[in-house]
Amino acid sequence: MAAAATCGTGAGSTASVASAASKSKVTSFQRRGPRASGTDSGGLRLVSIAGTRPSVRNGQLLVSTGLPALDQLLGGGLAVGTVLLIEEDKYNIYSPLLFKYFLAEGIISGHTLLVASAKEDPADILQELPAPLLDDNCKKELDEDVCNHKTPESNVKMKIAWRYQLLPKMEQIGPVSSSRFGHYYDISKRIPQELIEASNWHGFFLPEKRSSPLKVESCSLTHGYLKLLQFIQNIIYEEGFDGSNPQKKKKNILRIGIQNLGSPLWGDDICCTENCDNSHSLTKFLYLLRGLLRTSLSACIITMPTHLIQNKAIIARVTNLSDTVVGLESFIGSERETNPLYKDYHGLIHIRQIPRLNNLICDESDVKDLAFKLKRKLFTIERLHLPPDLSDTVSRSSKQDLAESAKLLGPGCGMMAGGKKHLDF
Amino acid sequence: MFPELNNLLNITPDRAEQGKLTLLCDAKTDGSFLVHHFLSFYLKANCKVCFVALIQSFSHYNIVGQKLGVSLTSARERGQLVFLEGLKSSVDVFFQANEEPHPLQFLREANPGNLQPLFEFVREALKPEENGEAAWRCPVLLVDDLSLLLSLGVGAVAVLDFVHYCRATVCWELKGNMVVLVHDSGDAEDEENDILLNGLSHQSHLILRTEGLATGFCRDVHGQLRILWRRPSQPTAPRDRSLTYQYKIQDKSVSFFAKGMSPAVL
Repeated sequence: MAAAATCGTGAGSTASVASAASKSKVTSFQRRGPRASGTDSGGLRLVSIAGTRPSVRNGQLLVSTGLPALDQLLGGGLAVGTVLLIEEDKYNIYSPLLFKYFLAEGIISGHTLLVASAKEDPADILQELPAPLLDDNCKKELDEDVCNHKTPESNVKMKIAWRYQLLPKMEQIGPVSSSRFGHYYDISKRIPQELIEASNWHGFFLPEKRSSPLKVESCSLTHGYLKLLQFIQNIIYEEGFDGSNPQKKKKNILRIGIQNLGSPLWGDDICCTENCDNSHSLTKFLYLLRGLLRTSLSACIITMPTHLIQNKAIIARVTNLSDTVVGLESFIGSERETNPLYKDYHGLIHIRQIPRLNNLICDESDVKDLAFKLKRKLFTIERLHLPPDLSDTVSRSSKQDLAESAKLLGPGCGMMAGGKKHLDF
Repeated sequence: MFPELNNLLNITPDRAEQGKLTLLCDAKTDGSFLVHHFLSFYLKANCKVCFVALIQSFSHYNIVGQKLGVSLTSARERGQLVFLEGLKSSVDVFFQANEEPHPLQFLREANPGNLQPLFEFVREALKPEENGEAAWRCPVLLVDDLSLLLSLGVGAVAVLDFVHYCRATVCWELKGNMVVLVHDSGDAEDEENDILLNGLSHQSHLILRTEGLATGFCRDVHGQLRILWRRPSQPTAPRDRSLTYQYKIQDKSVSFFAKGMSPAVL
């Protein structure tokens, strides 16, 4: 019975992908395990796409967001075919980091990238990607692949585990790939140029696209959104991410990154006024993008300056149209910057929505108070901890201030006894 | 379908009511489990179902349906289920300007006036067989979800008109049922959504409203469900009956309990 192949069993290392039959298009939602109705031509080929893994819960194919901590909070990773919406922080300092992590993860895993921006040239964005932190084994593999050498036979004979010598070596899929899921990056260094050149990427820079006669007569999509949608659809169709090219031997994921969607640079005025003429442009774009993603092997990250959108109704609609929504709130410029409660962190991160795909429930994390910190090399996300209260006396007046700020933390943290935080030495 | 919810609503697949409009409303939480419930309920009750699924793909409903004991693919093959997959057809409609009308052709227009092609699609899908013998019981229209139509540029009044036309055809003429899902935006001040929600609340016979808990996130209680039975045709009828339960969603079912009686607490 097809229903017998249910979730809950241990995560296998391969995802079963049905070969694209002529009748059915390849959807991004695949069942783990063989289908009972094996009428598809050629049956099933157990092909694992580099950089993906099936979800433990329902076998949904997941890709890493580039931050293993964020992967864990999202229930293992970002599902293929869905949109990750990042609500930008106020001065757009930390959201580009998440954007770059996503793209860098795509390069390391060998995925195809599509970078769209109205502000920066995609080639410049790719130059600024962080360098991966690889342990020595992975580094050796990557160096060899990049130089296009055949992996040399290991001439170190194993003395103790000699049985393992006889096992075949793992084949690397793709020119640049690492078999791990989720890598760490060093943001103080740039990604090596060879990795960028070895990867397959497409850029969409809005100022370069001049207006051409539109095939679709006046619809409510802004010109920029329309061009971007056509560009994405072209890439998906030509490179066969929607299964329209069954001759392609190996399947790959398309990672789409759209920066600052909704900002005035895209020609949209929802960030400028409350009653805008074209208030449906952005939501229609998101709906059509969702339709494109669901029928192809792709994942998308969008950063959006929601703090600028005047009409709260649009934010609610945008949230309903996106699958995963993560909001960043940085402390810069707010009174929390000097608040002793938050001195270890740079901002709060809110997981606003996690999708329930192929399931009634989702893997929601219990921890709701999360904070992030940008260290010199890493971007870390951790549970918000209140600093210890080391004062000798508890004075009533200062208790009031700290109680105010602690009230905003939510039910996750316990209340801290207020006190003037000073150390007497 | 969830047997506990059937008990609460006092319905079984054998004795399904007819001519009713059910409104599903969720505020600050995800009420899609109710859509899965009604879909599997009506398929098991041997009704002909027309499902306008705008927000998720067919395989999503299919996989959840299999957990609940119905197979959407076989229902579609034997003609019991007519499925309009909004996501898949939206891209085709938008990029290929065909001349023939498509139920979703309002996507092509800047300010769509009405949803008539969509209504024609529904009417065509649920019309009774010509040969007279009814293979299925009453027809059912399921829409997931109506708030999305507002995001796509359709006005609230046009959506209300569409619901009115469907009610006249499906509920009154064909003696069928309708189930629609609308999101409640709460404090997001979405005026169009509020118009739609208020208008539908006055027309519906049964309102199922899911809300998050007022105290915030809880691992053992996922939300609260308010059931309201109404009789819109008799405004002077005795007071409408209302019940409130809390629920927890599990992998294949949803368990309901009275407020404060969660098994985790007792």
